[in-house]
Amino acid sequence: MIRVEKLGKLYHIGEKTPYKTLREAITNIFTAPFKKLKNGLKSKEQSLSYIWALKNVSFQIKKGEVVGIIGRNGTGKSTLLKILSRITPPTEGYVEVHGRIASLLEVGTGFHPELTGRDNVFLSGVILGMKKAEIKEKFDEIVAFAEIERFIDTPVKYYSSGMYVRLAFAVAAHLEPEILLVDEVLSVGDVAFQKKCLGKMGDVAKEGRTVLFVSHNMPSIINLCQRALLLKAGRLEKEGSPKDVIQYYLDTVRSASGQIVWPELDKAPGNDIVRLQAVRILQEGIDGPTADVDISKEILIEMSYWNLREGTFLYPCIRLRDGVGTFILTSSNHKSISLTEDSWSGRAYPNGLFKSICRIPGNFLNEGLYSIGVVVGKDVLNTQILLEYLLSFNVHDTGEMRKEYLGSWAGPVIRPRLAWETVFLGNNEQ
Amino acid sequence: MADTPILKIKPIKGWVAIDLKELWHHRELLYFLVWRDIKVRYKQTILGATWAILQPFLMMVVFSLFFGKFMKVPREGIAYPLFSYAAILPWMVFSEGVTRSTNSVIQSSNLITKVYFPRLIMPLSSIISPLIDFGFAFLVFIGLMFYYGFPPSIKILLLPVFLLLALITALAVGLWLSAINVQYRDVRYTIPFLIQFWFFASPVVYSSTSLPKSWQLFYSLNPMVGVIEGFRWILLGTAPPGSLMIVSITIVLIMLISGAFYFRRTEKIFADVV
Repeated sequence: MIRVEKLGKLYHIGEKTPYKTLREAITNIFTAPFKKLKNGLKSKEQSLSYIWALKNVSFQIKKGEVVGIIGRNGTGKSTLLKILSRITPPTEGYVEVHGRIASLLEVGTGFHPELTGRDNVFLSGVILGMKKAEIKEKFDEIVAFAEIERFIDTPVKYYSSGMYVRLAFAVAAHLEPEILLVDEVLSVGDVAFQKKCLGKMGDVAKEGRTVLFVSHNMPSIINLCQRALLLKAGRLEKEGSPKDVIQYYLDTVRSASGQIVWPELDKAPGNDIVRLQAVRILQEGIDGPTADVDISKEILIEMSYWNLREGTFLYPCIRLRDGVGTFILTSSNHKSISLTEDSWSGRAYPNGLFKSICRIPGNFLNEGLYSIGVVVGKDVLNTQILLEYLLSFNVHDTGEMRKEYLGSWAGPVIRPRLAWETVFLGNNEQ
Repeated sequence: MADTPILKIKPIKGWVAIDLKELWHHRELLYFLVWRDIKVRYKQTILGATWAILQPFLMMVVFSLFFGKFMKVPREGIAYPLFSYAAILPWMVFSEGVTRSTNSVIQSSNLITKVYFPRLIMPLSSIISPLIDFGFAFLVFIGLMFYYGFPPSIKILLLPVFLLLALITALAVGLWLSAINVQYRDVRYTIPFLIQFWFFASPVVYSSTSLPKSWQLFYSLNPMVGVIEGFRWILLGTAPPGSLMIVSITIVLIMLISGAFYFRRTEKIFADVV
């Protein structure tokens, strides 16, 4: 059982770095009194650099319950899990946990590339809280689950990323705590292995263990969880059945304007390399951004971002999900991925503002609700910004594809026009 | 389910007790972290063991040449190579321990932000792993003793006592520095200087008896003085460190306890800062 009572966590969103240098600290001792004199009443400004990552969050989770936590990036989901796993203490409120707790905030915690698979199973297992004897007992089972028997004595630095993830998850999947905290770890690995992991998670839940599960993957929340919590700006916005909460969430994400703009550079998502400026949904024939688009026309996803480091190789990318969060597609402007050649693809960006447009063809998506997430990466696969569920839009059926068939199109996620050909093979039965 | 543990998570304010019971509960983790460090160290460099032998040996050769042969530093009637090597042994344990433990928390940021365990395990494991190097270096020392016709005496049985003292000294310093290092990132740049300074403030290349009597008490505030003179006493039969030891041990204990409390006080921000 977990009881969370008025939990709050205050973070310092300091200037450049969260840590200081001793040199600064020493000079501060001497200069601080003068600064105070100079700034006088300005000291109130300082309180602005603090942010409540969580505020006044209270809930209870019963023994054996599987609960999903959803919400946009930066709404306190990870902070909540970090507090529950005792990685960081809360600023206020308290938590009471009955039962042994284990957390899985990352795949491969404690893995060392130089060590063999066998060594890493023990190392990672102990770090995650297992006893040596326990790991020994389950060792064969773990290796079989990961399907890497042949390579168990090879250093993991020679593993493919798939093998690495499988082994890492296999260790984690054999943890047997009474309460398990999981953060987004299922979003890695190939599809078949993901299914296996989901199955294992389902088993864990059936065994009567308590699971707290953070994910962007709405279908898995619906499948696995009995209850869902929605966090918004550090507060508990809604709790209830997964279906209700997800519906509510997607409704609130839906911005009627079809755009999201960050007017202030230093408050925009990103880092000192790249920051977002705006993301918009556009369509020909409609003035300005829109959240309602015509099924038969191209949908334009426009993202503007600042490059802040001269000579960086940036690439923009979009992530499209349907109304329950199923991941439909992702696309970037890399030469081999883009349909048209983007003249800035693979080029070093000078400092300044860039605008990239991705075109989703008309007569491709089905009618219904979709949501867009964006990624800005650097070099080949170095993600700098990743925001899921940033904007959502409704695709409306305008009858373009409805001249003959008038029934329901509900069900499929996409509705592309495909090529058809029928040949008359004659009427002779022989 | 009578034995279901109940965990209470509350804001942490001010000084925190040192939970020895919890540390004991995580002893397997300590063991595996030490094991990992040793395994990686001896795997990554083919030179691994060779380096552990070569480093103190070359130091000894250089010291013997300059301080022993050219400068003729007083050595209490012992062959200078033995005299300096007996001090290099605990010195390496100390300097390696301090250097590694200072960086221990920052280097394991990936663990600290992802999983809970008593953070004290980080500096603790990094002072223990240099012991393997000590083992190799010590074998060389035994060889040297026989080479110089100076067989070890029964006092060698006291070695673990002084070795432990060297480790505790390294831990005491490491606890302070590792915690400070998380908050102030320029601390690590001062470590090489600190170690070098400390080296000359310790009787590695000279004997503490060379110092004037009036300086002795002040000098022994450096706990490594007691450790090194202790090593020379049990290995080479020089004068026992005597009353200096009491000062050294007292200082070490004060540093250790205050260091542990300081570490515990700052550890709550580790995950947010590293």
